[in-house]
Amino acid sequence: MATTVAPRSGKREDGANGSRNGGDRRGGNGGSGGLPQRPQTHRLGMLLALAGIAMLFIALTSAYVVRQGLGGDWTPMAMPRILLWNTAILLASSFTVEKARRALLARTEGEALRWLLLTLALGVAFLGGQLAAWRTLSARGLFLDTSPHSSFFYVLSGVHGVHVAGGLLALAFPIWSVWSAAPGVASFAGSAGLPAQVRRARWVEAAALYWHFMDGLWIYLLVLLFARS
Amino acid sequence: MAAHATVIEAPKGFVRKYIFSTDHKVIGIQYLFLAMFSVLVGMTLSVFMRLRLAWPAEKWPALQQLFPEGFAGGPMTPEFYLSMMTMHGTIMVFFVLTTAPLSAFGNYFLPIQIGARDMAFPVLNMLSFWVTLAALLVMMAALFATGGAPIAGWTAYAPLSAIGEVAGPGLGLGQTLWVISIAIFCVASLLTSLNFLATTINLRARGMSLMRMPLTVWAWFTTAILALLAFPVLLAGGILLLLDRVGGTSFFIPGGLVVSDQLIPHQGGSPLLWQHLFWFFGHPEVYIAILPGMGITSHILSTFARKPVFAYKAMVGAIFAIGFISYVVWGHHMFMSGMSPFSSMAFSITTLAVGVPSAIKTFNWLATLWGGKIRFTTPMLFALGFVSLFVTGGITGLLLAQPAIDIFLHDTYFVVAHFHLIMGVAAIFGIFAGIYYWFPKMFGRMMREGPGKVHFWLTLVGVYAIFMPMHFLGIAGAPRRYAELTEFQYLKPLESLQLFITVAAFLTIAGQFIFLFNFFVSLFRGKRAGVNPWESTSLEWIIPSPPPHDNFGETEPVVHHGPYEYSPPGEPKDYIMQTEPARQTA
Repeated sequence: MATTVAPRSGKREDGANGSRNGGDRRGGNGGSGGLPQRPQTHRLGMLLALAGIAMLFIALTSAYVVRQGLGGDWTPMAMPRILLWNTAILLASSFTVEKARRALLARTEGEALRWLLLTLALGVAFLGGQLAAWRTLSARGLFLDTSPHSSFFYVLSGVHGVHVAGGLLALAFPIWSVWSAAPGVASFAGSAGLPAQVRRARWVEAAALYWHFMDGLWIYLLVLLFARS
Repeated sequence: MAAHATVIEAPKGFVRKYIFSTDHKVIGIQYLFLAMFSVLVGMTLSVFMRLRLAWPAEKWPALQQLFPEGFAGGPMTPEFYLSMMTMHGTIMVFFVLTTAPLSAFGNYFLPIQIGARDMAFPVLNMLSFWVTLAALLVMMAALFATGGAPIAGWTAYAPLSAIGEVAGPGLGLGQTLWVISIAIFCVASLLTSLNFLATTINLRARGMSLMRMPLTVWAWFTTAILALLAFPVLLAGGILLLLDRVGGTSFFIPGGLVVSDQLIPHQGGSPLLWQHLFWFFGHPEVYIAILPGMGITSHILSTFARKPVFAYKAMVGAIFAIGFISYVVWGHHMFMSGMSPFSSMAFSITTLAVGVPSAIKTFNWLATLWGGKIRFTTPMLFALGFVSLFVTGGITGLLLAQPAIDIFLHDTYFVVAHFHLIMGVAAIFGIFAGIYYWFPKMFGRMMREGPGKVHFWLTLVGVYAIFMPMHFLGIAGAPRRYAELTEFQYLKPLESLQLFITVAAFLTIAGQFIFLFNFFVSLFRGKRAGVNPWESTSLEWIIPSPPPHDNFGETEPVVHHGPYEYSPPGEPKDYIMQTEPARQTA
């Protein structure tokens, strides 16, 4: 019979519902059917979101393969050189966001913020580079509706770019929260009673996971789009 | 025994409490009202369709005043009929059948039934609702768009849906808004489903092991997996379709297409590609609509038969099996598309295989009822109705799963009858069962039993009267999606059947006003509900009706029992709450 006192949850004045059933909680052994261990809620939520995003790109990939197989009008285009630079920038930003994540885990928030700012700068540079790649292509006369290959390039890089932009917002959020001294960023169960620093660490951990995924996804898209042409 | 916990105060102020609330219960009710509004709209659209089918040449001056273009020249134009059909299907499938069973009931009761205080991500949860509402508003805009509402059907088959206004009225702005609305809806569903999954995996109370979860929770959990992996595929299709429409691309538009004497300036695309993407989403989608109803039915049958669910583990396994198989059957919607007979055979076998877990569920429901002390309450009646409709609609699924039969029946009313019975009406019965069962918990008052039972019998008889004759129409060869069937000589003898269906539909619709009246009167005047009016065992029935903001207040529930311990031998009561301490380990 369980007599354990559950971890306290603090009160949230802004109305978000905290819960004692927090991310860190191990399944208790009350009753007789507890679970050994549960993943942390913020990581779990992000992994599920990534599963959904992966399905989006799997579906687009299948459309790509089918459309390419229809033959006829598939005229492959050459890869704009600048994409290699963009890839390098994105890889570098994965490195910096990892630095930020580890700095937060080590409770050195000042250092983490510098890495986050650098990540933001690299992310913006990547998106700028992608825009430059689009401009290069349109200068060559390759538009969204020119050929199926160019269509797919714009669609895949565009959908990926939107996701990267979302990631930038997510990374900017903890920075904003430090500067504006807002109480915290993450509102998920278990985060409610925690100090702002811990919440930011978790937020950045989830965001870093997302960011790495976007990095890997971009390399996959690059291979899909240009490896065979 | 329960552990102590800190009370979480509800937010003050009307807006934070009822409008932009992060409380899963408020969000659940918001979804419920959104679905109720949508079902009224969808139902109204079906009235227009039935009017046209029963009285093809009739002029409706009053309606002509309202829709001058839809009734240009007197009778309803075929285009207007098609737009009603498209919007009826879309609104019902997305904003009623996906929203009510999963988002409304799931939001309200999944956290409570597993002993959590809220969803894992409450702010995300609030966001999902508002994104869903945005999708609904865009869809309403499509309904009233200049040029009319889209006419491409809820499946929006390309190239009709992809080439724009040239293909017909409503395929301009209306269809574009349709695609945008669906894309927004996909995003909302993703947010909802990941929240459901994270909540079920992480926030279960002490002792709430997986095999102690009510079957409702299992159903919502499986449905959330389906939604998480199916909606992105529709989103991908939606993005490509939108670009075909506004970006000049040719993903779905083949070359050399001449429509309305105009050569369409696209080439190389594949309409079948759209069908594959759509149905890869579309088939799991029909299970997204029906699985929560199966969970609710299991839960209610056990409660009111005062018996444990027969073969609980087999029920869990069957839910998962149905969910899994639903990903490998989408081709059965495309037997008519010139698919290779080998692929048809494969899809046919997987589709017939769905019959196995479905039969397991049906027989287990019957076995649950067998020898029970059945209490014929309104929710019980609707749950029994669900079983009946599930069998009636499911049997024809086995016929349609065979390509040779499907090729004859596919574009006829037979299919209309099939999917309305199983996906439409059965799911709606699940929703009604859920509303009658949980109304006391959600609003703290009982619904009236008398009008509830009248509502049940009218609806049950009504839907069978509507959809049974459609099987005969289909076998006789009446094509679906046609505004008018009077030109078919061989259908002349069946014309009175159309009239019969329309009259049955109007009576059934009239019966729904009994429900609406009962619902809203009970909301304010209903008898006060106690904590556990149905003598159920799951966790929502240990807390006040309606539950406080933090669900369990000062105590944290600890679970000691499975969800369906009814009529245990040698006990004074005929049920054991999930939280009751275990006596002794025997």
